[in-house]
Amino acid sequence: MAELTYRTAIAYAIAQEMERDPRVVFIGEDVGAAGGVFKTTVGLFERFGPDRVRDTPISEQAIIGAIMGAAMNGLRPIGELMFSDFLAVTWDGVANQIAKTRYMTGGQVTLPLVIRTANGGGTHFGGQHSQSLENWAMAVPGLKVVAPATTRDVVGLMAAAVRDDDPVVFFDHKRLYTLKEDVPDGEIVDVLGKAVIRVTGSDVTLVALAAMVPVAVEAAARLAESGVSAEVIDVRSLVPLDTATILESVRRTGRLFTVEENPRLCGWGAEVASIAAEECIWDLDGPIVRITTPHIPLPAEAGLEALAIPSVERVVRTVLSTA
Amino acid sequence: MPPPTGTFEITEATRLLLYQSMLRARALEKKAYDLFMEGLVQGTTHLGLGQEAVAAGFAAALRPGDMTFATYRGHNHMLLRGMSMASILGECAARANGCCAGKGGSMHVTDVAKGAMGSYAIVGAHLPVAVGAAWAGALRGTGQVALCFFGDGTTNIGTFHEAVNLAAVWKAPVVFVCENNLYMEYTPISAVIPVQHPAADRAAAYGLDRIIVDGNDADAVHEIAVATVGRARRGEGPSLVEALTYRHKGHSRADPGKYRPDEEVAAWLKRDPLLIYRSRLEAMGFPASVLDEMEALAEAEVDAAADEARAAPLPDPATLTTDLWANGGSEWRN
Repeated sequence: MAELTYRTAIAYAIAQEMERDPRVVFIGEDVGAAGGVFKTTVGLFERFGPDRVRDTPISEQAIIGAIMGAAMNGLRPIGELMFSDFLAVTWDGVANQIAKTRYMTGGQVTLPLVIRTANGGGTHFGGQHSQSLENWAMAVPGLKVVAPATTRDVVGLMAAAVRDDDPVVFFDHKRLYTLKEDVPDGEIVDVLGKAVIRVTGSDVTLVALAAMVPVAVEAAARLAESGVSAEVIDVRSLVPLDTATILESVRRTGRLFTVEENPRLCGWGAEVASIAAEECIWDLDGPIVRITTPHIPLPAEAGLEALAIPSVERVVRTVLSTA
Repeated sequence: MPPPTGTFEITEATRLLLYQSMLRARALEKKAYDLFMEGLVQGTTHLGLGQEAVAAGFAAALRPGDMTFATYRGHNHMLLRGMSMASILGECAARANGCCAGKGGSMHVTDVAKGAMGSYAIVGAHLPVAVGAAWAGALRGTGQVALCFFGDGTTNIGTFHEAVNLAAVWKAPVVFVCENNLYMEYTPISAVIPVQHPAADRAAAYGLDRIIVDGNDADAVHEIAVATVGRARRGEGPSLVEALTYRHKGHSRADPGKYRPDEEVAAWLKRDPLLIYRSRLEAMGFPASVLDEMEALAEAEVDAAADEARAAPLPDPATLTTDLWANGGSEWRN
């Protein structure tokens, strides 16, 4: 058992996979000698050397293209985008090339690669360094999408992502970097597409992702004080999506709330809501409610930003006012 | 790197290979055009008619295992890595016998097993991909070289600069080949660059040599190809080659190419790479009957391939949702 922070778990996870498989390589801006701008990759360069842990120029399109080419030719690369907002710079490579090449070549090209990127707000970086963009990737056929909420899941989901033969976009959340947790010794490997019930409950289902999971967990504790028993589901993986776990819970509680950090329109919760509406509407006791950031860019000022991102108070208030 | 010396030794067998390659590429592209006019080709085509010497000269310098990346104008390059004409024409016609089973189309001809690593339809997309593939080969010690073809217009897109820079910094075994056919799409490249040569005049920015070759002279191309591919294979790093050539047709099937002055087209048609090469071979004493026979063989090959494509079934509807994921399916939920 070792105590890791979510931040140190990233290097721990990558090291676990690089140690196991010589085909795993890791590239990105300032990831090597500098250990990452968020210190998430400290020690990898020293341990695995400059051939396998490579600093790149500030060339996000080249990073994405290079991991695609490397995956086509026998490696299992991890490419880091320093901020998930930079996905916008790389969208041809990610959405047109990496996501589509297998299908468009009739299955000839296998791309076992991971795009790892620092996602999410709450750090007052302003609208271009704070976004929660899981839904961008979710909307493109051919990409798998994971977003861990716990330190242990950073390790387990990274292992699953690296070992998967398809492209995976791995969103770690900046605001969770200080989260501490005991992680069991030995190899930790998850499967993609498995949600986890973090809190069991019987009155409402709160479905959350990444940094919204601890928000929902705390909200559940507060709701319990008001006599509402809330179940909290950590989605973990948007593609593949564990609809079975979500629908089973919603059928049991009769209420579905999604807690999403992304702006309102077309957030991942919209898909979850639509699936529930299609498949278990007769089990619902009230409307499906999405709790999201308003449809705005995130402001830099801490107070405004805190107003924008769903808070424990907002989740509690919303559930109590609609349950 | 020195310019072509004229003393580069080309064997008789290589000369015949170069001519045969160009004949086959020419026959293939003419047939793709014919099939389009027949209504058999779905979507569009971007033909490499007139640019065969670049493809032939480079392909002849490669080994099995080397990796060729091309653009949507890539039929020539993919064919000359050993793909069958039927699998290319079948893909243009989006038939089940096509190399991508009808899911790619004319712009995405690919056969990874042959090192034909794909035709990429977004300008500039494949340059960093070629760098990554080359780097992976170097890391694994395979001795592979990646060859990356693109047009003059690509030199104004960001990935060109990101990829060439990264390749130079990482000394990746990749050869970038700019097929400068004078027009980006409909606009002359000279109208949109502040230098004369879109690739060669940018090479110095990446510490690379300024290499310009007559892209309609298969021997000259082959000499540069041998030199640059050899340099990459020896671990000495990437090269950036600018091959001057001309497309005989418009940008795509929708484009009759009317923006090009008649006298310019006429001058380049006189410099048709096949005419140049045939005259050279005849001057060297290769009998006309042998050369005619080679041409007839290419025609027979492409006719048979076209028949195969015409006879091939359309894709099975069941394949609509296959091959998104490595497990063969496209499921996204349980």
